[in-house]
Amino acid sequence: MIPRALKSDALFWGVLFTSTWLLSTYSFQLYKALDARWIVRFPKSWQLPLENHISEFLDWLVGSAGFYFFSFRDLTRAISAMIEAPYQVLRNLLVEGFTSGVGETAVQVAPALSWIAVIVTIMAVGHYARDWFLSVLVGVCFLYLAVFGQWESAMITLASVLISVPIGVVGGLLLGILAYRVGWFERILRPILDLMQTVPVFAYLVPILILFGFGPVAALVATVIYAMPPMVRITIVALNSVPKEVIEAGRMAGCRNRQMMWKVLVPSAIPTLMVGVNQVIMLTLNMVIIASMIGAGGLGFDVLSSLRRLDIGGGIEAGLGIVAMAIALDRASQAFAKRSMRHPLEGNILQRHPWTGTVFLVIASTLILGQFVPAVQTYPDALTLTTGPFWSNAMEWINVNFFDTFEAIKTVILQWLLIPVKKFFTGIPWAWGIIATALIAWRVGGWKIGLLAGFLMMFIAASGLWSKAMVTIYLCGVSVLIATIIGIPLGIWAAESPRAGRVILGLMDTLQTLPSFVYLIPVVMLFRVGDFSAMIAVILYALAPAVRYAAHGLKEVPPALIEAGLMSGCTRRQLLWRIKLPLATPHLFLGLNQTIMLALSMLVITALVGTRDLGQEVYIALTKANAGQGIVAGLSVAFIAIITDRVINALASGRRERLGI
Amino acid sequence: MTKPVILDCRNVWKLYGAQADTFLNTNPDPSSADLEAANLIGAVRAVNLQIRKGEIFVIMGLSGSGKSTIVRCLSRLVDSTAGEIRFEGKDLLSASEEELIQIRRKKMGMVFQQFALLPHLTVLENAAFPLEIQGVDKKTREARAHEVVELVGLKGRESYFPRELSGGQQQRVGIARSLAAEPEIWFLDEPFSALDPLIRREMQDEFLRLQNILHKTIVFITHDFDEAIRLADRIAVMKDGIIEQVATPEDLVLQPATEYVAEFTRHVSRAKVIRAASVMEPVNGDSFAGEVAHDAVIEVIADPVEASDLPHKVMEGDRQVGQISRKAVIDVLVGRR
Repeated sequence: MIPRALKSDALFWGVLFTSTWLLSTYSFQLYKALDARWIVRFPKSWQLPLENHISEFLDWLVGSAGFYFFSFRDLTRAISAMIEAPYQVLRNLLVEGFTSGVGETAVQVAPALSWIAVIVTIMAVGHYARDWFLSVLVGVCFLYLAVFGQWESAMITLASVLISVPIGVVGGLLLGILAYRVGWFERILRPILDLMQTVPVFAYLVPILILFGFGPVAALVATVIYAMPPMVRITIVALNSVPKEVIEAGRMAGCRNRQMMWKVLVPSAIPTLMVGVNQVIMLTLNMVIIASMIGAGGLGFDVLSSLRRLDIGGGIEAGLGIVAMAIALDRASQAFAKRSMRHPLEGNILQRHPWTGTVFLVIASTLILGQFVPAVQTYPDALTLTTGPFWSNAMEWINVNFFDTFEAIKTVILQWLLIPVKKFFTGIPWAWGIIATALIAWRVGGWKIGLLAGFLMMFIAASGLWSKAMVTIYLCGVSVLIATIIGIPLGIWAAESPRAGRVILGLMDTLQTLPSFVYLIPVVMLFRVGDFSAMIAVILYALAPAVRYAAHGLKEVPPALIEAGLMSGCTRRQLLWRIKLPLATPHLFLGLNQTIMLALSMLVITALVGTRDLGQEVYIALTKANAGQGIVAGLSVAFIAIITDRVINALASGRRERLGI
Repeated sequence: MTKPVILDCRNVWKLYGAQADTFLNTNPDPSSADLEAANLIGAVRAVNLQIRKGEIFVIMGLSGSGKSTIVRCLSRLVDSTAGEIRFEGKDLLSASEEELIQIRRKKMGMVFQQFALLPHLTVLENAAFPLEIQGVDKKTREARAHEVVELVGLKGRESYFPRELSGGQQQRVGIARSLAAEPEIWFLDEPFSALDPLIRREMQDEFLRLQNILHKTIVFITHDFDEAIRLADRIAVMKDGIIEQVATPEDLVLQPATEYVAEFTRHVSRAKVIRAASVMEPVNGDSFAGEVAHDAVIEVIADPVEASDLPHKVMEGDRQVGQISRKAVIDVLVGRR
């Protein structure tokens, strides 16, 4: 019974691959022989005019849409004003100082917080969240920003983060609560959240750009929209995982609905909710950097403009500034997530709140002292170090000495891996591509997923984006393959040796906190633009989940099974191959899934280094402010992500069923 | 003299499944086979219970027997599918949401298997929680919380958080919380099942001590038959959603109504449940070695009765109702009856 099933499995995949390969290789000849151009190119007349419709709809929305009393324009203006006002206050507080009056006559009322005050505040937060070690760590990160001349940009970025995070957290929490309470709302919300998480970030920059215009407000709106979905999800999960008995205890105490939510459910869920806050902070930082393209300013803008000027040193400097900030924010917010309730301190008001007291004292004294000693107010320029020339020289040195080596590696990989794979994918006739995808999805996950895959691929073809989508799939496929080949052994190593594990997983944690933008910098410096650079950046960005899930999967293998293996006389090698790896396969699949999702999201950003895929299409749409083009291309990326997600999840759950886990 | 019935539950059903709500309209008394055919799960089936003021009423059953569901029906945490539940004469099932909230606030208390403490509140705040919900001002509710925390023996730990306490201490907090609002009926859903055996025994003693002070009406759920006979005034044995028998521990052991109950009681040490009145003989003669109470279990009186050649008087109050001799006690101890 089983051998026959296996045989038919092998037969299915063999035939599918061979026919795809044949069609891909000979599609051009086929088109010539049959004189049927539709084989290689989706007929123009069949294309859906979706792009135009979307663009027209947005134009209408901005131009003439109105509700009863106000136009849509008024609505966006009102939102702008609501975001702009607190943002400006924060900017004044952190960067510009408060002034009264306009233009020439403006008089400074109060200066911005001095760098010392900001660093002491963040150290206080670090100590409050955990301990002195964290306090020093975040302090050093922020000191780095001051010493290396990134202060002002960093504070602009921080102001954006400080505005977006509360909106994202509160908005996400409220939406999550609503979804928890109202069944139909959750059913509507869930697919939207799924889509939001897979649509590439550039895609919704475009409509927001059109609705809100170029500038910090548009950037903040985009950031909030990007960072909110995980908070909604985590809120739903957190509320649903409050133990049933705790809810019953609340009901037996006679809670009304509101008391139940705010006195029982939300407080009980706080540890999980804080994980969501950490995610919102990190996603916000990531997006604030990307949104520099639509006017966010700050560190992201510095990186972007250095990349455009090919100013190597400046790019790396600003990039490291982002890294420092990311590490500080991540560690501090994670510590908050793990922090449990503490006993209040005894004593008078200063003794009970030592940090608040210190911070106020420092702010007040630097405010006064800053009037007389400028160095207290602003970090003195004379003392800033610039590492720009150093990095430029280092890069130059690397390029001079290793140019041939890098070039050789690049050529070999291009020649033997990238180009053949690209030829294979781009050669597949679109009609067969749709059928093959549907067949694969059907075979793995049943007819529903097969049908879904077929329809989504048809949408991509009908939008006239087939060849670009194939480039995306090829780049993503190659990058994921290499990331998996590197990542899984690293994960195994991390699981087998605790010491290596600490180093590797720590490194992966840090890699994952970095905004995706940062990855582009060294890659472009070393390999210039092109598919190869894009691939390296994607691999770096998408490596972490492959490693983590592999390590996690191996550690999750029940100890009893390992003991059983040892007592049957397994060697370490046999233990790994016969027991641990087979049992870890569901986790490996989930890791693969995450790797693909991250790869797709990074791929869109690598459009900046000149790929010719869907990401490029979105990026062009962004520069031309063509909402329709951006959204259609963005949806195409999302659909590829959704198909792979469904198929791999089906694989994982099939595997889990067979293992009986 | 029987005490008044506080909680009266008649023909209560709780079905789970697709047509659970309408099924009983067409078939008011379905058999197990009927339910299975309709793809329904009968968690509680035709349950009749009368819980009297001041008694400890234990509902005993193995997992899946419906004992947790029935206690949730009684507190209306779960809405029963059919039947009638009267609490202090009022129909509980037709009570509005608002009435229910008031009943729970003032008259019911509940203790949970996994303690169900709020992790962000201290011991004192947890104990004061039901009062906080009612809007009692901080000073009053903290004073009351101090009382109940002291009552359960946690004085000095008021500012601890639940995670800093052992399981037994956490359940003491759960008990304190359930008592804070001075409920009239006290539900305990397997309160000691999550505890180690030694702690469990200690908590049972503690529970009996509290009941001696408080005289609450108690519905106590357990899967542990020894716990049931140790604590109960009356026991209801449940199986597959049906009450097999309601009786005092002694009657349950001496006259099991069904094979299932008999299976449970077979290995119970009889000396722990049989009372003097059940094995006494009519008075004959006038020389006695001493007196025993008519409701004392044999285990307690075994030593003096067995040690003397003369029988003991069995007393109900000041009146002698019979005599008990060495043979009767030994019969019970070696399992001859």
